[in-house]
Amino acid sequence: MNIDLKAEAITPRRHTFSHIARRFGVDKPASRYEEATFDVQPMVNFHYRPTYSPQFELYDARRTRIVMNDWYVFRDPRQFYYASYNISRAAMQQSFDDAVNFVEKRDLIASVDPAWRDLFAAWLLPLRHVEWAANMNCQLIADWGFGTQITSAAAFCGADRLGIAQVISRIGLLLGQGTESALKDAKTQWLEADVWQPLRRLVEDQLVVHDWFELYVAQLIVLDGYIYPLATGAFDRAGAAHNGAPLSMMTGFLGDWYADNSRWTDAVIKAAAAESDANRIILGEWFERWSARAEEAVRPIGAMVLGAEGDAAVDAAGARLRERMIALNALEAREMAA
Amino acid sequence: MIKPVSISIQNTQDGFAIVEAILADNPEATSNPLPAMTKVDCPGRLVIRADSVSERLGREWDPQEIHLSVISLSGSVDEDDGSLIIFWR
Amino acid sequence: MTPRKMSLKQKYGAYTRGLDWKPTYQREDDVFPFAKYEGIKIHDWDAWEDPFKLTMDAYWKFQAEKERKLYAVIDSMAQNNGQLGITDARYLNAVKLFIQGVTPLEYQAHRHFAHLARHLPGAGLRVAAQMQSIDELRHCQTQIHTISHYNKYFDGIHDFTHMHDRLWYLSVPKSFFDDATSAGPFEFLTSISFAFEYVLTNLLFVPFMSGAAYNGDMATVTFGFSAQSDESRHMTLGLEAVRFLLEQDEANVPIVQGWIDKWFWRGYRLLSLVGMMMDYMLPKKVMSWGEAWETYYEQAGGALFADLARYGIREPKYADVAKAEKGHMTHQAWGIFYNYTHAAAMHTWDIDEAHMAWLREKYPDTFAQHYEPRYRKWREQAEEGKRFYNNGLPQLCQVCQIPMAFTEVGDPNTISFRVSEHGGDRFHTCSDGCKDIFDHEPEKYAQAWLPVHQIFQGACGGATLPEVLDWYHINQGADNMDYAGSPEEEQWNRWMEGRRPVVPVAAE
Repeated sequence: MNIDLKAEAITPRRHTFSHIARRFGVDKPASRYEEATFDVQPMVNFHYRPTYSPQFELYDARRTRIVMNDWYVFRDPRQFYYASYNISRAAMQQSFDDAVNFVEKRDLIASVDPAWRDLFAAWLLPLRHVEWAANMNCQLIADWGFGTQITSAAAFCGADRLGIAQVISRIGLLLGQGTESALKDAKTQWLEADVWQPLRRLVEDQLVVHDWFELYVAQLIVLDGYIYPLATGAFDRAGAAHNGAPLSMMTGFLGDWYADNSRWTDAVIKAAAAESDANRIILGEWFERWSARAEEAVRPIGAMVLGAEGDAAVDAAGARLRERMIALNALEAREMAA
Repeated sequence: MIKPVSISIQNTQDGFAIVEAILADNPEATSNPLPAMTKVDCPGRLVIRADSVSERLGREWDPQEIHLSVISLSGSVDEDDGSLIIFWR
Repeated sequence: MTPRKMSLKQKYGAYTRGLDWKPTYQREDDVFPFAKYEGIKIHDWDAWEDPFKLTMDAYWKFQAEKERKLYAVIDSMAQNNGQLGITDARYLNAVKLFIQGVTPLEYQAHRHFAHLARHLPGAGLRVAAQMQSIDELRHCQTQIHTISHYNKYFDGIHDFTHMHDRLWYLSVPKSFFDDATSAGPFEFLTSISFAFEYVLTNLLFVPFMSGAAYNGDMATVTFGFSAQSDESRHMTLGLEAVRFLLEQDEANVPIVQGWIDKWFWRGYRLLSLVGMMMDYMLPKKVMSWGEAWETYYEQAGGALFADLARYGIREPKYADVAKAEKGHMTHQAWGIFYNYTHAAAMHTWDIDEAHMAWLREKYPDTFAQHYEPRYRKWREQAEEGKRFYNNGLPQLCQVCQIPMAFTEVGDPNTISFRVSEHGGDRFHTCSDGCKDIFDHEPEKYAQAWLPVHQIFQGACGGATLPEVLDWYHINQGADNMDYAGSPEEEQWNRWMEGRRPVVPVAAE
């Protein structure tokens, strides 16, 4: 089509949708993130109560104890909407695939100290079940959360967790020489070994939590806040003495992912805490309850991987997490003494 | 009566190759051109073979790439290495 | 040892259900508290066979590629003033109906498939549900981004989420989806994945997307085609899920049959908006509603229900009524909008001679006899300066929420309505299909947020029409009323000056 733009101005009559203009002004063209996210969720005039929980409306801010005047203050710093999310994750997956293919083609796993390789399988592979539960928890947040801003990001995080569980599975197939044996052993450990039971109990206890914001804190802040720093920090460093580099190549993306996800979770916690003292008290309560559980649950795993140094690594992870919460103004600094 | 299965494919470079491969591998299949897409019908069962499509495209084609070209289908689906089958149980 | 290569099926099993375990520290019934209350019996979740074996790596890769292509088209549409390529500005009313009525449903589907992804006890189904959940978010967001461009130039689009929660005709799609998401997980699967996605989706998407293609709206065609590639996954999920329920226990058959009957009728009533769009709102017509119903329901549905007969499933109840009504439904629906266009965020117009000739040809048994005289009378009134607007508020069906304008089967001069009693109150429905649905769950449908009742109760901004329209956020004189005389008409004619002949609009 050939349009003579010189002859005639085709002037837009408005720059964006009214609900976006009410938030950001009528003269400002909106970003794709804003148009895809703000005020998309139905808010009022629901026709029927859910038959599975008639005490609530279909979308109901009362499904959590956290109270917000406006639920659209949880801006995702990554500005993910579906397209930008998928394009970002396709790239992340590609870098993992490249790393695994590199290791696989050159059979680099053979160069790793066998004892460390087995220990690596023992701590990494059961974590895919933790990721699977994290996936379910994110689905609950996407389901019962309030406002598209936080629920869409939770849905993407849920997809991430399934992806991570599958990436760990792929590493498991490689460690099992192309068979499921390593994954099956790890599942048996997850279900039966003493070292994993406190964590499995914690994970299952999370699966019956119905306050979605509590789950957000319990899973995405607290449990992830212990497991990821340990897995990508102290555990990973312990492999260096045992020629563990090929394994580190394959798990390197976990650290990148956690840093990326934390940009979002930081923004969420900061905004919820900034809303009111009442929110800060609730966030603090949840944080204390679940971090006590998480610390206890990861301690045996720390000991399994790091021996006598395990406790110090777990303590350090806990301290860093607490500092992070204080920096976000979600915890009082005086609680540092604990 | 053998119920027909069908698949509608976008009219793109990959899409044309898929349709050609289906027609070559399923002698009873017929194709119906529609605006911007092609609908292929076949009585009872239809198979899309990865090697047939790969040969036509001159590159390795993964049956899961069907997700980039399909518009609609009718029938049950069985996906495995090397092929995608649409059938009625 | 030579590594044994696992097949795609084995690998997919390891990547999905291999992740799952049976909880022992918590009771399974507490982890999945909603799995039993509908009465569906599942004995073996492992019997579920995943039709498509998509893992997240492949999902991200393919979806990213699709999005790159789609957004290239959306960008190009904005850069090249793609809105000038449509056949006529009246076409945009189909797009308005879509973003007001359908896009919010995509969003609701996203949220509720997340509910299934959390609450179905079977790991295989949970994985399929969560992919569908983010797919539906994709559809919602790509529709917003595509139509965002039209919003810059055309009316009625600007406040679609606000309107979806309030407008009288949008309570039809909203209550439809609220009905599904307030039901248990298995009814939701049957309603949306099977009855809607598998049985009726072609009647929603094909008319909208072909309508867009015929009318020069390439951006909508592109998002439609791109969404359809996800839909084929969703349809397959719907078919296999229903088959799974039927195979698991014979006691499930009558429950599922009841849901199929209900959701067929619910979906069919919802599609009256789509049928109206096809027969009345496309300047260049694709096919009539009657033809579409024959192709996509009567023929395709026939093969499907023949296949399900082995489980004891029969065709949906009242499919015969839908067949018998197909020559009437869309004309009656258009009549409602013509009479209430002052309260709608879209335009209507006089049906010109060429359009009437098309309708006579497509509906030889009904149009000339029952509807053409009506349109001619409306035209006369408009020409005399007495364009007919219905200033009363219509009674709405308690279930489908469409104003009571549909007629008795075989008697197009008598409005069809039914009455049920519940809790000492009388509830009105538009048909046997809707009455059955009400009578089966009266406590549910008695809760309905009926827009007209709400206006009477003073819950909608005030007692006068302008107050209610303000509350709807309808820009009066732009979003509503006839196309003739609208700012959109003026704009379009200005754009088309010297470009191509303006399609005449007969009224006024």
